[in-house]
Amino acid sequence: MRITINGRAIETEEGATILRVAQKNGLRIPTLCHMESLVPTGMCRMCVVEVQGLENPVTACNTQVMDGMVIETDTPKIRELRKEVLQFMLVKHPLDCPVCDKGGECDLQDYVYEYGIQKAEYQVEALPKEYKTYSTPAIKYHPNRCILCSRCIRTCREIVGREVLDLQETGFDTRVEAVRPERCISCGECLAACPVGALTENISSIKGRVWQTKRVSTVCGYCGVGCSLEVNVVGNRLIKVTTKEGLGTNNGVLCVKGRFGFEFVNSPERLRTPLIRDNGKLREASWDEALTYVSTKLKEIKEKNGPDSIAGLASARVTCEENYLFQKFIRAAIGTNNIDHCARL
Amino acid sequence: MVGLAATLGSGAMTNSIVDFKEADVLLVTGSNTTETHPVIGMLLRNRSRFHGAKIIVIDPRKIDLVEEADLWLQPRPGDDIAWLNGLAHIIIKENLYNKPFIDQHTEGFEAVKERVSLYTPEFVEKITGIPKDQLIRAARMYGSAKNAAILYCMGITQHSKGTDGVKAISNLALLCGQLGKPGSGVNPLRGQNNVQGACDMGCLPNVYPGYQGVGLKELRDKFENHWGVSLSEKPGLTVVEMSQAAYEGKIKAIYIMGENPMVTDPDLSHLKKAYAKLELLVVQDIFLTESAQVAHVVLPSLSSLEKDGAFVNTERRVQRVRKALNGPEGARADWEIISDLSSRFGYPMNYGGPEEVFEEIRKVTPQYAGITYARLESGGIQWPCPDTNHPGTPILHKGRIVRGKGLFVPVDYASPPELPDRDYPFIMSTGRDYYHYHAGSMTRKVRLLKEMCPESLVEINPYDADNLGIGEGDRVRIMSRRGDFVSKVKITDKVSSGVVFAKFHFAEAPVNLLTNTVLDPESKIPDLKFSTVRVEKFTG
Repeated sequence: MRITINGRAIETEEGATILRVAQKNGLRIPTLCHMESLVPTGMCRMCVVEVQGLENPVTACNTQVMDGMVIETDTPKIRELRKEVLQFMLVKHPLDCPVCDKGGECDLQDYVYEYGIQKAEYQVEALPKEYKTYSTPAIKYHPNRCILCSRCIRTCREIVGREVLDLQETGFDTRVEAVRPERCISCGECLAACPVGALTENISSIKGRVWQTKRVSTVCGYCGVGCSLEVNVVGNRLIKVTTKEGLGTNNGVLCVKGRFGFEFVNSPERLRTPLIRDNGKLREASWDEALTYVSTKLKEIKEKNGPDSIAGLASARVTCEENYLFQKFIRAAIGTNNIDHCARL
Repeated sequence: MVGLAATLGSGAMTNSIVDFKEADVLLVTGSNTTETHPVIGMLLRNRSRFHGAKIIVIDPRKIDLVEEADLWLQPRPGDDIAWLNGLAHIIIKENLYNKPFIDQHTEGFEAVKERVSLYTPEFVEKITGIPKDQLIRAARMYGSAKNAAILYCMGITQHSKGTDGVKAISNLALLCGQLGKPGSGVNPLRGQNNVQGACDMGCLPNVYPGYQGVGLKELRDKFENHWGVSLSEKPGLTVVEMSQAAYEGKIKAIYIMGENPMVTDPDLSHLKKAYAKLELLVVQDIFLTESAQVAHVVLPSLSSLEKDGAFVNTERRVQRVRKALNGPEGARADWEIISDLSSRFGYPMNYGGPEEVFEEIRKVTPQYAGITYARLESGGIQWPCPDTNHPGTPILHKGRIVRGKGLFVPVDYASPPELPDRDYPFIMSTGRDYYHYHAGSMTRKVRLLKEMCPESLVEINPYDADNLGIGEGDRVRIMSRRGDFVSKVKITDKVSSGVVFAKFHFAEAPVNLLTNTVLDPESKIPDLKFSTVRVEKFTG
């Protein structure tokens, strides 16, 4: 099947949406309520496009292509429509970008700038700044910033399967509320789904702007799923964990431990120096002293009782390289196969 | 792992996580997936809610996933082989098995056919308490599915007959030809981030890296060549055997890297006595764990956010771990500590960094030969990956079972080594909480996780609580023949009457003082899921 977007002829398969075809061919259509893993709803109307022969524009995210369709994604009319869409979002949404966690990586901020909006044309009296407690202490909800795109609600329902959130009230009072807080598992998928700063992380007081932040892509150290995640670091401090839709075996999804469970690295209880037991008590020692002690003692025991009197427990916690070296040490240096780890526990 | 290695030729998860999307039926047993593998749990919910996949949960506990299940069978703990054989019995009787697959890809079918003929639905109902029509429904669901995957975890393996349980699962998949294709397979979910990697790297007493047996001369020769020393041909001791040998004075030194046996191992009071007899206990960890507190030497190491390397997830996917932070000053990466120690010991190890070690791993481990750090930049690779042009292997046994022919092994139900009696009338099973992880060394230092789950809550059925005069939030003392601990209770119908469930993350409520060190004869896995206990209200 053949369609035309912005004058370009494109071959495509049936059943695809206009948005998908455009993206596949490197054509950008702005979206706010759309997420790849969610059923498209067309509710924010940012993705409106013109289709030849149709009187009204259609939403690209949930309109399927048809043979011969002629589509324009960026006409003056469409740009005006999108500006109106943005203006309606700004009715409640305060322009508090400098104090908002999302500043610098907010879809709404970017579009308002891109579409040259200078000020909010329509304003209503704001709702209370802070709404009642969210379903988890890990996250804060700011009702005025909420653009009611329902990505959080749909993520909780479609991806997490918990259905904690829903829209409540009507008109200007409409807001997201935790209608089933007892089902919340603090996974933070709603937070990750929010395209603006309506949901913010409520744990760390230390934060950083996106341009100050180093993002290191790595693998979660908890269970065996091996979720990909990005560790956000400012200076030498972990400030948060983020993901990207489409990234890793987890497709950008995390649980509470992967998203909020790494605070321990900054714990004051971390060990900083080797310890040796002296007269029944552990005392601080240098690396040189500690390793000489262990090596001498192991040699003594090996000489006196043979290599099979020594055993090593490796770990599912450490890397492959470290496990490899550990078993090599036990087998090649000590000379025994007494090596195991917690796989059985 | 031992079970699947024997029947299929590889002990690892046969299929991939994304692959569960292709399954029409997902049979989940002995895995509290939504809590212990939450992201897989979410995927299962999604498949059931939005894509019509059928979920069968077979678990003594009413786990969260039950709310998504089309069918939930509730056997008594420890009865797995009975109902597994029962399913096979029905599938054969109703002609739902895959004869062409059995003829072409398997051996030993007749022996299993004969053995399971004893396990009629009536007989299985008597043992397990599973009503016979429910068992028949489950058998029909699994047996007539186009693609059916079995997911299991420690609820199957942590039993004195755990390996036989795995073999019974393997029989079921072989019977229906549910192997070597998307959405099928036998999928043991590995509980810890790099437990697969630790196994792959030969941190097991009987095999070198890549599951190459220490008893085979040609393999020993190969490693002697690579490592430049002569190696012992005698298989070593497993974790629980080590503690026993230490107790008997046969083991004098134990070196523990990144584990906390003083919380996670069975029968802790015995373990403590065993450790006290050691001449040298070295513990290498990021915190002064319960095990480090009794060590002779403690070596401070780095967390996974502070170093480079590779982890292997449950689906055999080798993935890069990257350094994001500098660790605390004074602590060193585990690989550096071992290299330094080994060199001092007289066996020099001079590696410039983890990548150099990985290059050595590739040379000696055939499954890893084609995996390089450069290739891992664009995402993980699932082993086996024999050469650098090989894309990796998302599905094992495709076209051919790794072992050659899939082996049917007849197995029998036997009652657990300890049975409830007048003195110890309850069965205690153990497991994890969603908010915590293993010994809790990490998660219990995270404020949010502590707030969400501050303390141990032992689950008890309302009927039993009522009988014992226990109310919500009361504290109870739980006793077994080996020890006791005190914990708050949670009264819930998640557990059936006669069963209590405890989580092992809490050092102050040491569940593993009570657990059993009876080992599965093949896998040497302790029976952590079944101890008989007494429960009393605690008013101290």
